[in-house]
Amino acid sequence: MLSFVSAHSPLLAIVIPLISAPLCMLFGNRTVAFTISTLAVAASFALSIYLLWWVKDGTVLSYHIGGWAPPLGIEYRVDTANAFVLLIVSAMGLLTLPYARTSITDEIDENHHTLFYACYMLCFTGLMGVTITGDAFNVFVFLEISSLSTYVLVALGAKKDKRALSAAYDYLVLGTIGATFFVIGLGFIYMATGTLNMVDLSQRLPAISDSRTVRAGFALIVIGMGLKVAVYPLHRWLPGAYTYSPSAVSVFLASTATKVALYVIIRFMFSVYSARFGFEAVTFQYVILPLALVAMFGASFVAVYQINLKRMLAYSSVSQIGYMLLGLSLLNVEGVSGAFVHMFNHAMTKGALFMAVGAIVFRTGSAMLPNMAGLGKQMPWTSAAIVIGGLSLIGVPSSAGFVSKWVLMSAAFERDWWLIAFLIVGSSLIAVVYVWRVIEVLYLQQPNKDVVVKEAPLSLLVPTWILIITTLWFGLHADFAIGFATTAAENLIQGGFGGKEVIILGVESR
Amino acid sequence: MDRIFNAEFALGHMNYWLFVILMMTGLYIVVARGNLLKKIVGLNLFQVAVFMLYISMGKVSGGTAPILIDNPNQLYSNPLPHVLILTAIVVGIATTSLGLALIVRINETYGTIEEDEVLEIDHQMHADEVAKVEKLKPAKLDAS
Amino acid sequence: MMEPTVALLTTMALPLAAFVLCLLTPNHHNIRDGGTFIISILLLGCVLNVLSHFNAGTSIEYEALAFQPGLSIAFSVEPLGMVFALVASSLWIATHVYGIGYMRGNKEQKHARFFACFAFAIFATIGIAFSANLLTLFLFYELLTISTYPLVAHKENDAAKKGARTYLGILMGTSIVFLLTAVVWSYSIAGTLDFKPGGMLPTTLNPMFTAVLLALFAFGIGKAALMPFHRWLPAAMVAPTPVSALLHAVAVVKAGVFSMLKVGVYVFGIDNLASTGASQWLMWLAAFSILAASIIAMAQDNLKRRLAYSTISQLSYITFGVALATSMGAIGGGLHIVTHAFGKITLFMCAGAIYVATHKTNISEMRGLGKTMPFTFIAFGIGSLSIIGLPPFAGSWSKWMLLVAAADTGQIIMIGVLMVSSILNVAYLIPIFARGFFSPATGTGSKAVNADMPWREKLMEAPLLVVLPPCLTAIGCIVLFFYADTIVDFLNPIALAPSLETNNG
Repeated sequence: MLSFVSAHSPLLAIVIPLISAPLCMLFGNRTVAFTISTLAVAASFALSIYLLWWVKDGTVLSYHIGGWAPPLGIEYRVDTANAFVLLIVSAMGLLTLPYARTSITDEIDENHHTLFYACYMLCFTGLMGVTITGDAFNVFVFLEISSLSTYVLVALGAKKDKRALSAAYDYLVLGTIGATFFVIGLGFIYMATGTLNMVDLSQRLPAISDSRTVRAGFALIVIGMGLKVAVYPLHRWLPGAYTYSPSAVSVFLASTATKVALYVIIRFMFSVYSARFGFEAVTFQYVILPLALVAMFGASFVAVYQINLKRMLAYSSVSQIGYMLLGLSLLNVEGVSGAFVHMFNHAMTKGALFMAVGAIVFRTGSAMLPNMAGLGKQMPWTSAAIVIGGLSLIGVPSSAGFVSKWVLMSAAFERDWWLIAFLIVGSSLIAVVYVWRVIEVLYLQQPNKDVVVKEAPLSLLVPTWILIITTLWFGLHADFAIGFATTAAENLIQGGFGGKEVIILGVESR
Repeated sequence: MDRIFNAEFALGHMNYWLFVILMMTGLYIVVARGNLLKKIVGLNLFQVAVFMLYISMGKVSGGTAPILIDNPNQLYSNPLPHVLILTAIVVGIATTSLGLALIVRINETYGTIEEDEVLEIDHQMHADEVAKVEKLKPAKLDAS
Repeated sequence: MMEPTVALLTTMALPLAAFVLCLLTPNHHNIRDGGTFIISILLLGCVLNVLSHFNAGTSIEYEALAFQPGLSIAFSVEPLGMVFALVASSLWIATHVYGIGYMRGNKEQKHARFFACFAFAIFATIGIAFSANLLTLFLFYELLTISTYPLVAHKENDAAKKGARTYLGILMGTSIVFLLTAVVWSYSIAGTLDFKPGGMLPTTLNPMFTAVLLALFAFGIGKAALMPFHRWLPAAMVAPTPVSALLHAVAVVKAGVFSMLKVGVYVFGIDNLASTGASQWLMWLAAFSILAASIIAMAQDNLKRRLAYSTISQLSYITFGVALATSMGAIGGGLHIVTHAFGKITLFMCAGAIYVATHKTNISEMRGLGKTMPFTFIAFGIGSLSIIGLPPFAGSWSKWMLLVAAADTGQIIMIGVLMVSSILNVAYLIPIFARGFFSPATGTGSKAVNADMPWREKLMEAPLLVVLPPCLTAIGCIVLFFYADTIVDFLNPIALAPSLETNNG
């Protein structure tokens, strides 16, 4: 049994949550659905940890689906980079579920709860699948699985606020355009190479990297995924989707969806295209880098003026994505590992923040900032979580955010880009402003009415605080994240799909 | 390549030109139309153009359908893009139906499917929200 | 006696324990205040324990957490840090007692939050004192900023919010933009962040880089209140007086100049600074800060603001000592941390005592108060004289050493600056207590004093818990005068080490 699980672990990590989605629907009872989905995500999480431990030294796992050998068959390929992302996604998925169970009672009609779990599981499956697969077209399929379920999840916020519908619609249109661009890009490189397997692509592309088809393919893939990542000018869907979706969905999306899309960009850029130099590198240096900087400042400025806390956090996400793109654009090991570290840290931080805000919404019914006056007294734990999460957004030492900033700045200095280092710290100054606006409202204003607000229930507080504590823990024990990220970045920077040793799985089943 | 207009090149890539036109028409409709339903139509057009790009890509001139027959020398078209597009079509249908479902719900709650009006209602809701909050707390948000 | 590393860790665990205790007992004032008092005494004992180990020649180091390969959160004990920790822990006791009296006498709200943040600030201060590398220093530096923010904003009115915003904005802004950049840059240059006697940075570093890096450090350590980043200090005076006393006379500002000294001695190395001349501009800036802040102080009528500007001026003495780039200057700076801490905390606590007793904050209203509050005003006088630098008070030694250091380097103008500054000190400090004693009482609030009344009845002092601490620290100012050489001997290794290094290398 154990050897079976071990041999099929990459597949099981995807298939278990996938199967659980229809099961949730079949049973039609929300407690059962919750149990099934929690078990499935927990299994997936355990498998992710197992995989990460397996590949932490640079080993690569190649799982052949159905025993069909790669360029023809679909391959799941696990290396340090995507095992790390798998861990982020599954950990956040696991933490969000118990939170969601309480939080959606207020936000979604009771008879829709099983639907919620089914969609959630599909979304989770999609994100995990995008990450694990080694087949370019498979990325698109999983991406659409996650996107379609995400649109539904966002639209579920309509009971509380009908703007969720228009937000979901906007997201649907933009998300589909992005995915279609991605498919066009894939079509171009398929035309040029005749293969869709990523390893195969990485071997064939260097020879024809000057061809315009291949370049256009790269551009289309970056734009398509850029829409999903919410790269600065393509971020229009994000604030609405994060603001009006149910709290649990905001948590999950903010901490995973954009990261997974970013991972796809990283994968295509470094592994498939081996983009250390040449056209792809230039794209990043002269197009993505400025956009990242604009995001870091522009979106932060916009965040300062938001009166809705969820929307503020959404804009802050756009700016934090700028940090990750900045790390990539540095095109060195430190920069790429900085991007990975920030993915990890930002997932924890933003997840915790959205959870805390969700808890406030659960109790007070509103995410409007002035409504939160004096909550520091009434909801001490939730408010404290917001403070610590906010400090992590700023990048105060001992919080996870500091680690990312540290690595990114080291990367900038490594390349002798002083100005970039200054801009990184400069933009976190704006974060001080928007975070402190919230802290002042929570702690230094008098409550504006006599309504007694109770502290959030434990089922909301516990996941929030688990994330807060991990934020602090990994802020001090940074070598965990930095270690994995550096191994991942070193492999990526080399280009192609190098790795210490490739272990092939899934073949013996035939 | 020295000539500005290469008729052979242009005509030889006829199918691509058509797809580009179709694709851009679809994208234009998505961007420029205010009616949510028409946007979905545009989105479909956009996606279909990409499907056709793939399908024509797999076509080998003179090839038949890729069905196993006795003649081993029979030229056949590349089936892989076609299969891929089968998946993409399914995705496209799902997207369309979800979009339509959202439009139905938007029509139910907003009473309109014109983007401008939906946006206006959104803005109005936001303004109401802010006004409500400001009324709760007469002092300005930022005390200084 | 505890194991050396255990003792070191206990010095940090104790304030944290106090922090937790305060959070757990929001409504039990006596348990909280008493418990914290006991902890503060234990802390001093523990620091003394570390000192005895250190004097015995044990090298005390502890690596707490690996941050990234080659970089960790680590602690170690060296003379400067030892002195700073001693000052902070001994004055915590005085201020805690004072804080209890002040908060109760003044009927302030939210005691638990107040004392909890207070204890956390002490934790951060001890962390700064014992940090073994720049990363640890930066970590605790930022924690200190954050934990003191609620103290500055304690009154929660608009003025407090505004002051706290300035406080946080400047301190965090400078530390994020300049200090963090400087730390990361140093790391990329030197490949390490561990403090090393004689300087961590390679001596081959381009002098221009050295100067730029020094500028980043000097402005990044905003807590040292070097002009033009001094505005937070007067702004923070909206805080309750115990906060101003401990944090803005001892913990926060001293953490700033202490970091400055550490950077000068252990990051750049005194000899390195002297040979490259990279710190020349810093010396001039410090001199400017000394004079300008003194002049501004003279124009302040609010007592706490006047003391705040005086602090800015005195802090620049220490920066000045670093910038002189001589061992005498560095040791003088280290000594000035101690002497100024005792002097200034006395002054602040007296200001608070006056406020508790009479609710007066302006100097012009304080005429004649010395007759009803003799203890407070005598303590104030002693503190003032020590700040000015007259024997037999502690401040005279450190100023003397700085003067000698300036003379050694042949900086005639700088000698003049120090002289003028002392005169300015006289001009803005002496009138306060002179008027207190020799001017007739004015205004409301002071009760009619009848010559026939027995002296006890004439008194209108603040509660005992408020008056006793400043008297004790004032006595401390005198005692320190006689023990200054012990501190100087103790600090000597920081300056000797570089020359030893050069001899060996």
